[in-house]
Amino acid sequence: MTVPGVVIAGGGLAGFQLASSLRDMGYARRISLICEESVPPYHRPPLSKAFLMGPMDPAKLQMRGESHYAEKGIEVLCQRRVVAVDRTNCIAGLDDDSKLEYSHFVFATGARNRPLPVPGHDFGGVFFLRSLDEALRLKARLAGVRRVVVLGAGFIGLEFAAAARKLGADVTAIDVADRPMARALSVPMSQVFAREHARNGVHQRFNTQVLRILEENGEAAGVELMSGETIAADLVLIGIGVQPNIEVAAACGLEVGNGIVVDAQLATADPRVSAIGDCAAHPSIHSLGHMTRLESVQNATDQAKCVAARIVGKPYDYAAVPWFWSDQGDLKLQIAGLTTGMDQTVIRDDPAAPACTVFCYREGRLLGIETLNRPADHMAARKILAQRIALTPEQAADAHLELKQLVAAAPVHA
Amino acid sequence: MLKLNFVGKRGAVSTVETTAGTTVLQAAIDHHIDGLLGECGGACQCATCHVYVDGSWISRLPAADEGEIAMLDCTVMPSQPASRLGCQVVMSAELDGLLVRVAERQV
Repeated sequence: MTVPGVVIAGGGLAGFQLASSLRDMGYARRISLICEESVPPYHRPPLSKAFLMGPMDPAKLQMRGESHYAEKGIEVLCQRRVVAVDRTNCIAGLDDDSKLEYSHFVFATGARNRPLPVPGHDFGGVFFLRSLDEALRLKARLAGVRRVVVLGAGFIGLEFAAAARKLGADVTAIDVADRPMARALSVPMSQVFAREHARNGVHQRFNTQVLRILEENGEAAGVELMSGETIAADLVLIGIGVQPNIEVAAACGLEVGNGIVVDAQLATADPRVSAIGDCAAHPSIHSLGHMTRLESVQNATDQAKCVAARIVGKPYDYAAVPWFWSDQGDLKLQIAGLTTGMDQTVIRDDPAAPACTVFCYREGRLLGIETLNRPADHMAARKILAQRIALTPEQAADAHLELKQLVAAAPVHA
Repeated sequence: MLKLNFVGKRGAVSTVETTAGTTVLQAAIDHHIDGLLGECGGACQCATCHVYVDGSWISRLPAADEGEIAMLDCTVMPSQPASRLGCQVVMSAELDGLLVRVAERQV
């Protein structure tokens, strides 16, 4: 009888990275990666960008080829889900009634699309965009589409809007909020993006609520707004966010809130059970210890590494500086730090480029830096935050002070 | 098919065949070449696909853009004039036979 190893629920980036890091760190026991989708782990970011723009073999999205998993001794079970966790006996139950014993269980179950709260999502021509399946169907439909409506001016919505615009469609992005990416961005950066998307011909409707999706012969024909106004469309994309997959965790008695609750080392109250990635809520030092759930490649990757280290006996608190990117056509947004709760911003805007850097402060303390088309500032920002280099609002306002120089001049601590 | 050569640890050279349009990172993943991680999936966000381009080839590569230059400042192994990110170097007929050395560490 083999000693039980690690069972990972979820074949997204976090699950993949956890399995990889365990082997990299010398973990020799069994690793089982349970993937809901029909394909092994793949990269999601290209699905709303390059994948939509031209020919791209879906196989190129795979994180590694299938033989990689066999070589590393990682068991990948596709089209399988963990449906129950018996924490008393340390046994995970799968949807085919099979059981897997574990010495450590990790939820890397990610999140699922938030459903549209109005009728019409079943019509042809209405899409969500999170999975490869959805991207393939969307891509097939996109050719020849003339009018696109995007519900939700968040990251996915705007990445898709910019892609559709490049493909020549008439595009309208609609949001109930008063500005784009309202959840995540500062007001000034939202305004810069609204300006730039408008420049690129994307129509934007804020403070606008949709009553229903209209149809003709079962196919989407547009949307009707609360005001009664209708906007015609032959394709509707719904991008109103996601909700974490916490149900199995809740059912086995673990605390859940906005995500599966974990501590600073990403363990639940059960020391044999952890949670990482889009599904996990942890107390972030970058948010004054408030419970935080991050949806990003960086968070999935770094949380996976943190749990792998703890499993092999080298625990540490998760403290990585959050960073994020979103490519919306030629607009490259990057964010370093967690800016929730900001009460002051300093802006360096160059509309002609276009390029912009926004410094976000709370009570005089730098929380994070947002950039548009300024990769050098973004990389300097990651270092400034990681090394806690002082950067006052006055310095931020001085356009002659290059962030790169600030980093180079900072004393290096041993 | 184009030839792409990777110099790994202890100087061992692995030659792989790849096609135009494939990045050096993707070719490494396709052929199980160790040492290029590409944690961000080739989006030029993580600097974990660092390679040193062999001298004779450096000037023959299209120049790095602003994004790659910014990332090259953040590689774990020191960045040199020969440094490039594997996710940003796209194979073409002009680069048939390209020789790159994989950076010793990426993280």
